[in-house]
Amino acid sequence: MANSTADNDQPVVKATPTPNPAGTSTVQTHPKTPKKQRSQWAEVWRRLRRNRMAMVGLGVIVVIILTAIFADFVAPYGFREQNLRLRNNPPSREHILGTDDLGRDILSRIIHGSRVSLQVGIVAVSIAVIIGGSLGALSGYYGGRLDNVVMRAMDVLLAIPSILLAIAIVSAFGGGLVNVMIAVGIASIPQYARIVRASVISVKEQEFVEAARAVGARDFRIIVKHIIPNSLAPIIVQGTLGVAGAILAAAGLSFIGLGIQPPTPEWGAMLSAGRHLIRTAWHVATFPGIAIMITIFALNLLGDGLRDALDPRLKQ
Amino acid sequence: MHKYIFRRILMLIPVMLGVSFVVFTIMFFTPGDPARIMLGERAPADEVALLRTQMGLDDPFLVRYVNFVVNAVRGDLGRSLVTRRSVAAELFSRFPATMQLAAAAVLVSVAMGIPIGIISATKQYSVFDGFSMALALVGVSMPNFWQGMMMILLFSIAIGILPSSGYGTFWHLIMPAVTIGTSSAAIITRMTRSSMLEVVRQDYIRTARAKGLSESVVINRHALKNALIPIVTVIGLQFGYLLGGAVLTETIFAWPGVGRFMVDAIRQKDFPVVQGGVLLLALTFSLVNLIVDIMYAYIDPRIKAQYK
Repeated sequence: MANSTADNDQPVVKATPTPNPAGTSTVQTHPKTPKKQRSQWAEVWRRLRRNRMAMVGLGVIVVIILTAIFADFVAPYGFREQNLRLRNNPPSREHILGTDDLGRDILSRIIHGSRVSLQVGIVAVSIAVIIGGSLGALSGYYGGRLDNVVMRAMDVLLAIPSILLAIAIVSAFGGGLVNVMIAVGIASIPQYARIVRASVISVKEQEFVEAARAVGARDFRIIVKHIIPNSLAPIIVQGTLGVAGAILAAAGLSFIGLGIQPPTPEWGAMLSAGRHLIRTAWHVATFPGIAIMITIFALNLLGDGLRDALDPRLKQ
Repeated sequence: MHKYIFRRILMLIPVMLGVSFVVFTIMFFTPGDPARIMLGERAPADEVALLRTQMGLDDPFLVRYVNFVVNAVRGDLGRSLVTRRSVAAELFSRFPATMQLAAAAVLVSVAMGIPIGIISATKQYSVFDGFSMALALVGVSMPNFWQGMMMILLFSIAIGILPSSGYGTFWHLIMPAVTIGTSSAAIITRMTRSSMLEVVRQDYIRTARAKGLSESVVINRHALKNALIPIVTVIGLQFGYLLGGAVLTETIFAWPGVGRFMVDAIRQKDFPVVQGGVLLLALTFSLVNLIVDIMYAYIDPRIKAQYK
């Protein structure tokens, strides 16, 4: 996705050098000492808190989540409430962001739309993390032929630009919330498979895994209890950025009429509806776009900050 | 070297077979009967059945897939259900427009991304650096179809200096290319900056400076050359994103490329076109990445040496 690649030279990292010297960072510590692990998350939180931009991102996301949860109370009007006498009205005191072609309050629709976008983002990423993560973990842990087969399959999926893959899936099985989530989720499976595989490979040769095996732990237990917790850092970072990517992709699908269907307020669909009004009613398409942009911007800030906080050495 | 290139080209075959399988499978399980779509709702059942047999739609999955691949290799991607013309011909007539747009977008993103990234890295934590990094973050956060509309609003409607849609002149190309190129420019900027920052700390850069070389020689000849590999990788990967973005952007600017054609086809349930379009764009993306891989060898003599 567009935002998966970035640098990590945030000033804050410079100011706060890693407290764990000599390469013992989050990724490599023994997960069996819960006390130490807790302090580690506290350490991550401490580092994250010092990153002003990340905290701005987190703050904005919390506000958006609260807005989504309490949409019914926050929104000044209902999202289906039409007033045909007020069609395409520009922003006014009654309708701060104006009204759309059916006279519905755009602000209220944006507020309700946040539910849809957050849902799509979170569910799609969860699908990708669960499927991609499992494939990556198995493939990295067992290696050999399984690894080969899984990774070649991922190469195939990566050869199709992800938005195109999502478009193909949705155009075949139809739009709607659930299909969009699945399509966007499937399209981002390979990213997670690769990330998890890479970190599993780096973790599985560590001594604590050997120790677990020596005391007779079975593969499943080793993967779930030892390897996955130690591969969490890159998944969290990629997941945060992935939610942003998924929201963008879903909006794109809705924009070409393949996504969430009206009257459900979805930001991409609202944009799409405003496209033909751009000459006469600029506000109809402008504000939903700004809503998307703010959300993605905040997620990117948080994602960048998390990457720095979780593992300052982690590149990509 | 030739061996390496040859091997990379060979590796493309299984990947493309995989892609064709994925695309074919998705379209295979699509509800809706292509014969019915072609003949229309009112066509008699026996006529539909006849066409189904003619089109080979009653054959088992694997037979149909093998036929699809064999035909695709020959350059036959089937016929459009709507226009009944050859999908390959339809796609290829639009392909140059899409490539023109993608190339222009790459140009925009590289021309913006690399210089800004270099300046940001050399003046780390300066006002310029802070500003361009913030701008880069805005760049990746904008949905490109929205950015396209906002540019139309500003440059076509409010100021009136650029055409809002169409194809043909340089002026038509500007807005779509900038729209698609912006987020890639942002990503290339960030990548260039971080890659340069890493290289600038190396010993050989200190040596170059100690030798008394001018700063511009140090940056352009010594640092940039070594920082280029990850940047080139990102540019290659962005190309796929650009092709995907073209699907949406072409629709906004009425650009007569593969993307807009595909979106129209999706609306009309013209599956052979969607299938062929995805296949064509995936092949293009794979070829670009192949070229990028080969370019590494030219940028980095160490890679070349491995394959001598």
